[in-house]
Amino acid sequence: MTDSFYDAANAASPIATDGDGFTLHTDDHRAMREVREHYEQPQAACIEALKIVQKRHGWVPDGAIAAIAETLGVGPASVEGVATFYSLIFRQPVGRHVILLCDSSSCFLTGFDALSDALSQRLGIGFGETTADNRFTLLPACCLGACDRGPAMMIGDDTFGPIAPDDLDELLEAYP
Amino acid sequence: MTAIPANSRLRYKSQLRQSDDERHENTHPLTWRLHDDGARIGLDEYQQKNGYVGAQNALNMDPADVIDAMKTANVRGRGGGGFSAGVKWSLTQVGDNLPRGYVVCNADEMEPGTFKDRLLMEQQPHLLIEGMIIAGHANRSKYGYIFLRGEYVDAARSLALAIEEAREAGLLGGSVAGSGFDFDIALHTGAGRYICGEETALINSLEGKRANPRAKPPFPGQSGAWGKPTVVNNVETLCNAPAVMQHGADWYQGLSGSLSNDGGTKLYGVSGLVQRPGLWELPIGTTGWDILERAGGMREGHTLKTWLPGGGSTGFLLPEHLELALDFDTVGQYGSRLGTGLLTVVSHRQSLIALLRNLEQFFARESCGWCTPCRDGLPWATKLLQAIEHGEGRPGDIELLQEHAKNIGPGLTFCAHAPGAAMPLESAIRHFRADFEAGIAASHNVVGNNTVGNKEVS
Repeated sequence: MTDSFYDAANAASPIATDGDGFTLHTDDHRAMREVREHYEQPQAACIEALKIVQKRHGWVPDGAIAAIAETLGVGPASVEGVATFYSLIFRQPVGRHVILLCDSSSCFLTGFDALSDALSQRLGIGFGETTADNRFTLLPACCLGACDRGPAMMIGDDTFGPIAPDDLDELLEAYP
Repeated sequence: MTAIPANSRLRYKSQLRQSDDERHENTHPLTWRLHDDGARIGLDEYQQKNGYVGAQNALNMDPADVIDAMKTANVRGRGGGGFSAGVKWSLTQVGDNLPRGYVVCNADEMEPGTFKDRLLMEQQPHLLIEGMIIAGHANRSKYGYIFLRGEYVDAARSLALAIEEAREAGLLGGSVAGSGFDFDIALHTGAGRYICGEETALINSLEGKRANPRAKPPFPGQSGAWGKPTVVNNVETLCNAPAVMQHGADWYQGLSGSLSNDGGTKLYGVSGLVQRPGLWELPIGTTGWDILERAGGMREGHTLKTWLPGGGSTGFLLPEHLELALDFDTVGQYGSRLGTGLLTVVSHRQSLIALLRNLEQFFARESCGWCTPCRDGLPWATKLLQAIEHGEGRPGDIELLQEHAKNIGPGLTFCAHAPGAAMPLESAIRHFRADFEAGIAASHNVVGNNTVGNKEVS
């Protein structure tokens, strides 16, 4: 459907908790081995491998760290170090749709506060949280490069702006 | 459920504010091919419009001559650094006994207020690929990577397709365009974090590591990705190379005429409370007035209080500075930097302290944590600003902030991240000290008030 790597709605095989165990899908295993060929060293495929897992499962469970390490032939600690460094790699379950709300300067000057408040109120969650129905996770984002149409936000792979609080109903409605 | 239609007003679409009849091949090397509706330009159309002519010319030249042309054209780093691309290329270690290295395109556009590279990659991906082929040939690189921020999903699709198109046409892969020069490109998408835009952090990230910057020297041109000579250039910088190689260095240098010693054009932009925020390709050295005028001036009821010339890591300037030529040397003389050349304007009705707090909070959050002044200094500065923002500042806070700006400045930290944060901080205090004093005076008589704002620094 899309190339998304952080939109859990497109995850082919969601995993609810770490307790479910983890088996690396054969296709994902193959994809990781392919990506590895783009680089001089296998470690370089690490971020893409994490995204491959995330695309399928919505997030990166503990078991995936070991599986990636084994597939690429690198240490699990370095995979975990990378997984926890980057803001778009999720080490805990997220909702079906991840909302990235730009909180950088241009959006700050064009209505971020009001949009942020309205969004939090509408969803009943703050940054870093997921709605009880598991539909949305709300995260702050670095400048989304949509400053000429701020305030801006992404839902899954889609970028929107400028968004007024009144637009939120129409917008969120599109992401069941 | 109703999906948001592709043409919905809510959807973001990169857009140039200059219409087709304003853009010409001899004046707008970056954008003359673009369509008013923003439609992506595929390989056929790109080639019909003289695409890859510059690369063909370069491939027929000695690499040293290509580098000389880039130096003469004076293409300066459009990611904000302003370093001459030709000089950078001349510092790449090449030799028969040395391994061929890499060209890495820094497409990690995340500088607050910057939305230019997105447009080039979404609408005209082949211009970047052509620029990378030229850079690859000049630096005798064996391979190119486009390090693209993960959130730029549309740009990723556009580039991936363009790389395929170029491979099928023999423009990438073995013997590029029959020249005997082997060069291919891979798209590498990131997973967040502003620090990845710092060139050595970017190399670490490319290698699949945490994006901590590296010590310099050695510089990437000596030892970069996997220890090989590596050239890292911004998207817009690389996109200037094809026109230089097609029309010549003198032609390119002449585009800015008497406006600037820097060569060529620049994608300038404006965001904030203006009538028509947007993006324009103009000769480098165009004044801030000209650009703000194109944006229709401030919105009704707003007047300009201050502005950032090129992103969150540039210094605040005053309305009187709008008359300056916006090039690297000129802006540098006024306690700021051209940076990315996309203006962020602040209305007199907006709180400078709140904006500065937002900026410092951003830099604090995005610090990689590697060195102490940055990791600990930025959250501290943010807390002081939060206090002043809420009228809870204490006497001495301004001096403490000034000390911070000094202690995280150039040369005292591992990379340019914290010095970037110091620039808006230092310049804001220099220009608007009264704004800071107001946030202190208000709380001066409140006994026992030790709170430092009500928001967490993450």
